[in-house]
Amino acid sequence: MAKRAAPEVNAGSMADIAFLLLIFFLVTTTMEKDWGINRKLPPIEDSKENVIIKQKNIFTVLLNGKDQLQVEDELMQVKDLRAAAVEFLDNGGGTNADGEKCNYCKGKRNPKSSDHPDKAIISLKNERQTSYGFYISVQNELVGAYNVLRNRRALEIGPQKGFRRMDFLEMQKNSKPSSTWIGNKGKLKELISQIKLEYPMKLSEVQ
Amino acid sequence: MSKFKKKQDGGVPAINTASLPDIVFMLLFFFMVATVMRDSTLKIENKLPSASEVEKLEKKNLVMYIYVGKPSKNYKKQYGTEARIQLNDKFAEVSDIAAFIAAERADKREEERPFLITSLKVDKDANMGIVGDIKQELRKVNALKINYASIRDMSN
Repeated sequence: MAKRAAPEVNAGSMADIAFLLLIFFLVTTTMEKDWGINRKLPPIEDSKENVIIKQKNIFTVLLNGKDQLQVEDELMQVKDLRAAAVEFLDNGGGTNADGEKCNYCKGKRNPKSSDHPDKAIISLKNERQTSYGFYISVQNELVGAYNVLRNRRALEIGPQKGFRRMDFLEMQKNSKPSSTWIGNKGKLKELISQIKLEYPMKLSEVQ
Repeated sequence: MSKFKKKQDGGVPAINTASLPDIVFMLLFFFMVATVMRDSTLKIENKLPSASEVEKLEKKNLVMYIYVGKPSKNYKKQYGTEARIQLNDKFAEVSDIAAFIAAERADKREEERPFLITSLKVDKDANMGIVGDIKQELRKVNALKINYASIRDMSN
């Protein structure tokens, strides 16, 4: 029997097949990235020791079941909350636990408001009927208030350490291992934790 | 007689399309790799709230999702109109969360476990009662890192 060469397979339609698959994946792909507000829940502690906190160091935020906002016993609109929280946190009317004054605060130094960012606590309380959307918008403003202060501080002390024109959020982004930013990430992380210490996020939620 | 003949005029030369499949395959592989197939079908309405102070969730394989919302149309009869929890593909109760977290943890490698984040995908019309219950349950099983999933609001 004569040996016949295998007939060549026509590859002309390969592109069509590949296109078909390509279009399928193009359509099904969702490039969505998940975004959200990161928070940390407090651990459950057995010891119920009562730490006495001065009333002036607590910024009470209440959300009722009708989606109304009450801040320090007064009704408030959500849009004004950020400024009010910044004013409270940045007041610096007294000293921290070590007896130091807040030398980076730019607040009014009102003796009736918070002593030091280190001591200032925002207490958030909601009712079961509060809607989640409203809760998130309030949560967003409060986290935003901390970010405002941290950004300001970053722009203040960043240039001294060699990080120019970089606010706190950008610093955090750049310090991640996955970022392509070129520079001293170790030094940047140090600066970030310093700013975090200066404006610690003390946002407690009452159950 | 010259060796270099003048090119004959007439017509544009046909473009070689032999490498077209390669290019298409390259794109295909890119999209195949980038595609994330939804792992659970939603049985609830899930309109996320919007917020501006959001952060990106980096490692997707280290995220546990808890969905909350009103049952969608097909399930209304069976499950009512109150906001419910969905874990993976099923409706669940608050008491199921502990088991869910334990199962998710068992799935991951030991060194990855401290980095697990719970993403709460809660419908904006749900009320805080159920969210508070979930948070309490998460505290009990020591899953303290949470993320309130929201849509990024670029307006301010």
